Amino acid sequence: MELITYWISILPELGNGVINTLIMTFLAVSMSAVLAVILAMGRMYGPRIISTLCKWYIEFFRGTPLLAQLFIIYYGLPSWGLNFSSFTSAVLAFGLNSGAYVAEYLRGAVQSIDKGQMTAGLAMGMTKFTAIRKIILPQALRFVIPPWSNDVIYTLKYTSIAFLVGAQELMSKAKIIASFNFRFIDTFVFVAIIYLILVLLLTLFFNWLERKLKIPGFEIKN
Amino acid sequence: MEERKEILRVEDLHKSYGTNKVLQGISLNIKQGQTKVIIGPSGTGKSTLLTCVNYLNPPDKGRIWLEGEEIIYSEREINKIRQKKGFVFQQFNLFNHLTALGNVMVGLTEVLKKKKKEAREKAMYELERVGMADCAEQYPAELSGGQQQRVGIARALAMDPLLIMFDEPTSALDPELMGEVLDNMTKLALEGMTLLVVTHEMGFARAVADDIIFMENGRIVEEGPPEKLIMNPEKKRTIEFLQKITQLYGED
Amino acid sequence: MIEYLPGLFRGVIVTIKLGFSFFIFGFVVGNIIAIGQVYGNKFISLFCAGFAWVFRSLPALVILYLWYFGFNLSPFLAAVLALGLRTAAYQSQFFRGAIQSIARGQMTAARSLGMSKLRAVVKIIMPQMLRLSLPYISNEYAITIKDTSLAFAIGVVEILKEGRLIITVLHNPMDIFMIIAVIYLIITRGGTYLLSLLEKHYRIPGFEISN
Repeated sequence: MELITYWISILPELGNGVINTLIMTFLAVSMSAVLAVILAMGRMYGPRIISTLCKWYIEFFRGTPLLAQLFIIYYGLPSWGLNFSSFTSAVLAFGLNSGAYVAEYLRGAVQSIDKGQMTAGLAMGMTKFTAIRKIILPQALRFVIPPWSNDVIYTLKYTSIAFLVGAQELMSKAKIIASFNFRFIDTFVFVAIIYLILVLLLTLFFNWLERKLKIPGFEIKN
Repeated sequence: MEERKEILRVEDLHKSYGTNKVLQGISLNIKQGQTKVIIGPSGTGKSTLLTCVNYLNPPDKGRIWLEGEEIIYSEREINKIRQKKGFVFQQFNLFNHLTALGNVMVGLTEVLKKKKKEAREKAMYELERVGMADCAEQYPAELSGGQQQRVGIARALAMDPLLIMFDEPTSALDPELMGEVLDNMTKLALEGMTLLVVTHEMGFARAVADDIIFMENGRIVEEGPPEKLIMNPEKKRTIEFLQKITQLYGED
Repeated sequence: MIEYLPGLFRGVIVTIKLGFSFFIFGFVVGNIIAIGQVYGNKFISLFCAGFAWVFRSLPALVILYLWYFGFNLSPFLAAVLALGLRTAAYQSQFFRGAIQSIARGQMTAARSLGMSKLRAVVKIIMPQMLRLSLPYISNEYAITIKDTSLAFAIGVVEILKEGRLIITVLHNPMDIFMIIAVIYLIITRGGTYLLSLLEKHYRIPGFEISN
């Protein structure tokens, strides 16, 4: 009972953290979505040089830890004269990182679409660009929803490392509260519950979204 | 003629899935060296009967004897009972990660605890028997359906079972591959192995079966030797079924 | 610069040791969880599913803190347990998917030979499941190596921490970070290459994952 009272007493402060976590996630995810389409299209349909650059980008961001990327942006870039706040650095790191992953999901989805779809589009007199935009992407984006929603949840969870460069979010608030009250376990158990609830809500939302966008007979065989 | 030993006896077997009564009191027995063939329309519980007899799918009610001894179902005992009853599946069910030889050996090494060398010799002997020795090192996916089923038979044989049950062993095969499997089954019957076979192959039934059992809606309608059941059936349903199946499969 | 390389090298060793420890821990626990979830009774199955869900849903950092502050463990041990449970949860789901993609007839055939359920799982199901999971395992390995960097947060002196220490002296963050990035790429890439060799070695004709 005492524990519940403690949790209620720290809830307002943690609530502020939750809001920042959600804002950070939202910004990073939006950035990642745009970036992913550009990277995937660049890698698949771009000229040789663009394609190679996109591939390197993806390799780098998928092959190194997110925390290292965050440090590079926050501690490294200033030596090149680029200064970002800790919050902006975090959004940039999560967005740039997630974009690389989602680009690969998107590429996989595009490649799983029947070649005949592109041919049919071209046969109708569409340009390649139009066929990609009007025929390929609308299908690929549906296919990519399940892995993409996983990635959004990943991003939400990984925003917790933003506090390691001093950004204000759920985890940093928790750390402050825990040290102030000397109640680490009590605080972090509550934080764990909050994260579980957030993940659960997101999962339910994505399940709903998937159902809503479903086209009959056009399911992902898993 | 001396009385042959009874291998399997089943009495009043019942099995339901929800409200669907698949088996409604099946009784039968097989003596040593006999071949019994079960025929009947699909969905009448023929395959369920075989899996119930082996407790792969425990019956709701009924008693089963093996070599005169009643089977008392328990997790421990049942594994020993199953060793004595070979099973050949419609879908072959060869272990995907093992070669043909490995498939035949695995029961010997893992269940009967035989030494590797001994198991290998025994397995090679059984593969030889079904004419598959040349393919011993190949994996299931590299074999044709007919070849897979012959390995399936060798796998069952290797355990030296009292009887072998065949669950529609040729239904998943292209017509031109059925022959090699049926030939092997005929050979086994002639060698004196006890067989319980569910099949639609009337040619096999007529030539090899000692008895044919006609089953419908979870009951045995009629049972008798081929010359009687095929040439001179008593029950109206048997006649209708035989007519239909001749239309479908021809008079071979 | 040269004189600081041994420090980085020490960090690499810690990173590899940490990564391998909790990857293997996760592999073992993941197997148990998957098998429990598929073949266990209702209670065990539900427990395993719950375990997998919780540890996949929590941020790694939260799990790290709970172990570190909750049980008074050394940073290294806390990191192995915390990150190990996280990867165990993920690995269990690949294994479970693989088990469920194996035809039911495989189990039936094993039981018809007289194998006990446990023996059938060990001898027939697991060898197939592990082969089917290899591509996912290799992906998870890369994630594991990258996740070692999170142990930094509870004071494990791995490569990223060593790097930070050097930066405080040399004030050349970009050089050091780039070296570290390349090292990570080598460890992740090298490992996935080795795993792909393993995959090739254990490949069975006609038994591949259509990916």
